[in-house]
Amino acid sequence: MNSAIRVDLQLIADMVDPAARALDVGCGDGSLLAYLMNFKRVDARGMELSQAGVNACVANGLSVIQGDADADLRDYPDDAFDYVILSQTLQATREPREVLRQMLRVGKRAIVSFPNFAHWQVRLRLVFGGRMPETPSLPFKWYDTPNIHLCSIDDFRALCADMGVHIERAIVLDRASKPISLPPLLANLLGEQAVFMLRRD
Amino acid sequence: MTMAEISAALEPADRAREADEPHSLVVRFGIDKPLRLDAGVDLAPFQIAYQTYGRLNAERSNAVLLCHALTGDQHVFNIHPVTQKPGWWETMVGPGRPIDTERYFVICANVIGGCMGSTGPASTNPETGMPWGLDFPVITVRDMVRAQATLLDHLGIDTLFAVVGGSLGGMQVLQWAVSYPQRVFAALPIAAATRHSAQNIAFHEVGRQAIMADPEWKGGDYRLHQTAPARGLAVARMTAHITYLSEQALQRKFGRALQDRNALGFGFDADFQVESYLRHQGSTFVDRFDANSYLYITRAMDYFDLAGAHGGVLANAFRGTPTRYCLMSFTSDWLFPTRECREIVHALNAAAANVSFVEVESDKGHDAFLLEEPEMFRTLAGFLKGAATARGLKDVP
Repeated sequence: MNSAIRVDLQLIADMVDPAARALDVGCGDGSLLAYLMNFKRVDARGMELSQAGVNACVANGLSVIQGDADADLRDYPDDAFDYVILSQTLQATREPREVLRQMLRVGKRAIVSFPNFAHWQVRLRLVFGGRMPETPSLPFKWYDTPNIHLCSIDDFRALCADMGVHIERAIVLDRASKPISLPPLLANLLGEQAVFMLRRD
Repeated sequence: MTMAEISAALEPADRAREADEPHSLVVRFGIDKPLRLDAGVDLAPFQIAYQTYGRLNAERSNAVLLCHALTGDQHVFNIHPVTQKPGWWETMVGPGRPIDTERYFVICANVIGGCMGSTGPASTNPETGMPWGLDFPVITVRDMVRAQATLLDHLGIDTLFAVVGGSLGGMQVLQWAVSYPQRVFAALPIAAATRHSAQNIAFHEVGRQAIMADPEWKGGDYRLHQTAPARGLAVARMTAHITYLSEQALQRKFGRALQDRNALGFGFDADFQVESYLRHQGSTFVDRFDANSYLYITRAMDYFDLAGAHGGVLANAFRGTPTRYCLMSFTSDWLFPTRECREIVHALNAAAANVSFVEVESDKGHDAFLLEEPEMFRTLAGFLKGAATARGLKDVP
């Protein structure tokens, strides 16, 4: 049993109460699922777009189906989970607002992490480099990126306000995925990614 | 093999005896314990032929029920008493295999309506002393499952750790989990669907018509007349066999290759290898299977409609289910395609059930579930391992 997971996943895992019910949308290789199941006794389920990822997860004893956030969240009944988790995937969805709405319908809480498009490096590259930004958390060329709906931390806050969604926690992370404590204006400049825990108001 | 040779391969006597006195375990229920059938009649007396592998643990918590497909039987992991060939799932079941007989107590019963020792149209009707034939009531998948539940009661097994099966076996798995959710910890329907499509029914109807059009069928009373509708049954099998294979697999295996000749014969012998192959499939099948059983079991598959039995909403069938599901489909299976499997997944999601779903890349068609498919083995082994941990089953020592 491996207790070491990516730092940002560890942050998410720490937000989840033990023995809760959780759905990880875009669960990848299932490392967060496995951690939640093994170390927090969470009834953890996963959804993953790539069939290879799904097959690997199921072969490891995880409950995972093939599906994507845009299409398949709507199958679930209201309040089916305590948490619906979307890690580093929101920016790749077709309809992020609808995905968020579905997450908060299906789950009592939603945990969302995403790269901050207002990070100073991104700004510099666009303003002075005149090219689409490529950074460690946004490593793609403009023509092959899966990230079609990028946003900044402030953009995300604005969307939550517009949707009437309550932000329970917001953690801003630096390059090493370490939490940094800064006023919002600076956080939006210096944070490389962010993790939000949301609930319906 | 020519069609004349096929018709000459009459049902051997030992094959017929197997229906009443099977070479396997068998439990007989008297007239005081009738099996209530969906057709609205009671079947009594009746018997269930079954095999077990491995050992039941002290907690009685490690039982795995395997459900066989249309032409399968209880002989999963032993030499078949009629064909003398290995069991139908020796790649999957056994010591160290995904369904590990060192860890699990594996049970497989011949379906009711079958011809390998569970009561069916080939069994002797106690009222007449003759084979039931078409006097046997039409049975359903739910009846098959109900009969298996009776067997488990008899064996003193309350909860199954897992129910596993492909095709018709997968239909039974689904029916098991829906009929007895508290008795099924984990359900693994493979290459299955919750209902037959029009195309599925159509293919089965061709098979049934082939059997009934055979003059040797004699209205189902062929045993009385000491005949056998071997040609009809062989054609039924040939038709069905095409549906079990993918177009690519058939093309890869045979293409237009000729059979034992260098040029076309300008006749109607088996010029092509694919013809010879199908004739072989048909002729070997009639030696081991009862034609009336084929009619009854295909009918049960056609009648199966899990959503229909729950107000047309499949999710209703799964509402509140405690069972954990693992569904598998194969990319080239056009008989029970992935999209039908996905419908089940959607319905299970709507019931917030614990579900895993894997589509296995394979060009072997529907039959893939019976074949060497490493990804299927990995998936099944991993899922069972996870479920065993959740169930608190001890590891293999």
